[in-house]
Amino acid sequence: MTITTTRDVMSPGQQCCTFWVDGLFLGVPVEQVQEVLRYQRMTAVPRAPHAVHGLINLRGQIVTALDLRCRLGLPPRPEEELPANVIVRSRGEVVSLLVDAVGDVIDTADAELQPTPANLPPGIQDVLRGVMPLAGSILLIVDADRAVDVTTTPDTTNPGGTP
Amino acid sequence: MNDDAEIISEFLVESHENLDHLDRDLVELERSPGSRELLSSVFRTIHTIKGTSGFLAFHRLESLTHVGENLLSRLRDGKMTMDAEVTHVLLSMVDTVRALLEGVERDGLDTDPAVEVDAVVAALQRVLDGESDPAGDPAGEPVPVPVAPVVEEPVVLCEPAPQAVPVPEPEPEEPAARTPVAAEEPGDDTEKRGVVDSSVRVDIELLDSLVQLVGELVLTRNQILQRAEASDDIELGRAAQRLDLVASELQENVMRTRMQPMAQVWSKMPRIVRDLAHQLGREVELEMEGHDTELDRSLLEALKGPLAHLVRNALDHGLEPREVRVAAGKPQAGRLQLRAYHESGQVVIEITDDGAGIDPVKIGEAAVSRGVITREAYAGMEPREVLDLIFRAGFSTAAAVTNVSGRGVGMDVVRTNIERIGGSVDILSTVGTGTTCRVRIPLTLAIIPALVVAESGERYAIPQANLVELVRLEGQDLRDGVDTLAGAPVLRLRGRLLPLVSLGETLTGTRPQTDALTVVVVQADDIRFGLCVGEVHDTQEIVVKPIGRQLKALPLYAGATIMGDGQVALILDVGGIARVRALTPTELTDTVAVGADVGSQALLVLEVSNHRRAALPLTAVSRLEEFDASRIERSGLAEVVQYRDGILPLLRLAPAIGLPETPGERDQISVVVHEEAGRRVGIVIDQVLDVVDEAIVATEVGRRVGVLGSAVVQDRVTDLVDLDAVVRPRELIS
Repeated sequence: MTITTTRDVMSPGQQCCTFWVDGLFLGVPVEQVQEVLRYQRMTAVPRAPHAVHGLINLRGQIVTALDLRCRLGLPPRPEEELPANVIVRSRGEVVSLLVDAVGDVIDTADAELQPTPANLPPGIQDVLRGVMPLAGSILLIVDADRAVDVTTTPDTTNPGGTP
Repeated sequence: MNDDAEIISEFLVESHENLDHLDRDLVELERSPGSRELLSSVFRTIHTIKGTSGFLAFHRLESLTHVGENLLSRLRDGKMTMDAEVTHVLLSMVDTVRALLEGVERDGLDTDPAVEVDAVVAALQRVLDGESDPAGDPAGEPVPVPVAPVVEEPVVLCEPAPQAVPVPEPEPEEPAARTPVAAEEPGDDTEKRGVVDSSVRVDIELLDSLVQLVGELVLTRNQILQRAEASDDIELGRAAQRLDLVASELQENVMRTRMQPMAQVWSKMPRIVRDLAHQLGREVELEMEGHDTELDRSLLEALKGPLAHLVRNALDHGLEPREVRVAAGKPQAGRLQLRAYHESGQVVIEITDDGAGIDPVKIGEAAVSRGVITREAYAGMEPREVLDLIFRAGFSTAAAVTNVSGRGVGMDVVRTNIERIGGSVDILSTVGTGTTCRVRIPLTLAIIPALVVAESGERYAIPQANLVELVRLEGQDLRDGVDTLAGAPVLRLRGRLLPLVSLGETLTGTRPQTDALTVVVVQADDIRFGLCVGEVHDTQEIVVKPIGRQLKALPLYAGATIMGDGQVALILDVGGIARVRALTPTELTDTVAVGADVGSQALLVLEVSNHRRAALPLTAVSRLEEFDASRIERSGLAEVVQYRDGILPLLRLAPAIGLPETPGERDQISVVVHEEAGRRVGIVIDQVLDVVDEAIVATEVGRRVGVLGSAVVQDRVTDLVDLDAVVRPRELIS
């Protein structure tokens, strides 16, 4: 579990860890996934970028949890639904992607990676490597490095009052 | 092969240490050329390097150190004396040795063609030949035979010391590094350095991983303690107590293994200072204190660059040339003091020169002309803030400015580097008498004591180093203690005004409404303010953990930690909060007041704009008048009254200081007549309250156009009117 591979962008590994976000069937190559966890209590980070949902304690390591719905520009998760954590490794850091539900690890060796259809919303296209049409569903392959990149301008909305 | 690599790496470690000593010893030698002890020590170091490099077949290194050793042996035996030239060639030899060693470290070879060895060897040889009788065989016996000194010129120490044979004898390490004392006890030949038998070299990575593990242990201990407290199991309670004790002690000891003395940095300073002084033609007395002051090695490492920079600055820009100093009645040699000491959980390092100081006027003018700040911004700045400008990026890179200001090259880089390790740097300077740079850094980064507070259901940790005190206000105290100035809450705390910042508001944008106020008085750099928090929990040791890349841009947090229940809590960056809330530094010392020297002035206290209080310096008041409102006439847009055979323009104070006029018409108006440079202006106020002559402490709270700040006068918050700013536009009209 400690090997981080940097594979060719167009040829993800043979297996994908899958999950659902707002009805979309998504996957990350297993090489980039460290583990999958059920819902963890999070510590909110006021004034963080919008997609940062909080911080979790992963065996003594502090991990930033990003809401994939927010990152993909999808509507927020209903409050009564608790997200699951897909812990991915990206550029030496460990980051949690919050997803609606976790699916199986599936074999994608026979599937063909195709370019992302051009009519997908740009927020989603931005995060995808491509898509894999499977029997009965279409798997969207997430680029973990891009998914965890939320270093857009931090939320600096009204600090309220003058100091 | 592996063995060789190990031997070489040992050799490198040892040699680098030795070379640092060498630098210091050689500079000292220049001052006390006769010190046999120093000479022997230098000789032994070079001899050791020579021996080992011969053994490892580093021939260039060997031939270089060989000639150097010859020269040193002559010096040690009193056949030659140290002078500037000898010191110079020896220092250049040390530099070349260092360069060769770097090559060895890099490629495992001393054949780096970029390093010029022959020239240095020739220079050493010239000095050898020039000074000595030709009998001195340059390629002769490397181990010098003690010869009875044949002295041409008097040497301070000349008794024969046949026991001074160049065999390194292990001796206990001298605990404190030597300060540059010129005099040495005669005949003190004992080796003062050497590998201490009772110490081992440990790989830094091992230490770092130990610290990591201890961090984990501390967290686990906290968790177990919490469980044990909630449990009825007495045995568990005892075990938890023991665990607590052991873990604390272990933590302390592990942290100590990473501590290293300031001497590591100080030992490099004499050389830097000497070289610079020669280069700049300055005479410098270097004083160093606090060699034993310890701090975490990673911090020490990070400090080296910034400190060297500050020292260079002090020499280059702080200390004046000799003639200027003499003309100013100062001693010919400039003084550079380096101090390191512990203070409230931090290490403070001061670099003080007795040079020309930094003139805030020059800095300010230069900053304005370079477009670093606007003239308006400059006009409103305290001298202290102006000095701070030298840390601005745009300021320091401009060469023209540094010529004028005399300081500030790369100061922004210095500040950035120091802040990156959780420290701060500030400058105190008096024109004509000198400058002090004060660097504060935490002792260690990994585990710190912190106060845990809660706000909106989340916990936050405030580092103890930032903590000043806790204040709780309820009911009447709250109403009496807190005033709001132009929307900004301030707390009266023992006669001073403390700006209040609501943590909830800073974090979420909404200020929680409470009937009680818990204020954590905090300080970062020179900014002190009250942070209003929801709840105060307890103080505990926390392990500072880094936060992810996504959050690095947030100035509010210094990191995160894990609490006893396993939850994550953010560590607040007090300095960052101050920056986010645009708080500016205020002078904290009791003796100095900011503002326009209002410290002990007599003040005219008056009422304006619905019973608000303002004060003017009494010296600015020439008369107090009451006029019938019917006497007000208009000249253009301006209100005027006829007064003493002339026309007195009127100025309504309330709008001039950003306050609403008191509504309603009055039959009489109260006017303060201000006279300056033959011009008069009548300042219209509601009424005069009093004249006070009490020591007040001005603060920057409430500062705005026309108002310098505020102070507590007669137990009431009072605006201090900036008369110049208020009167200025009026004069343009009149």
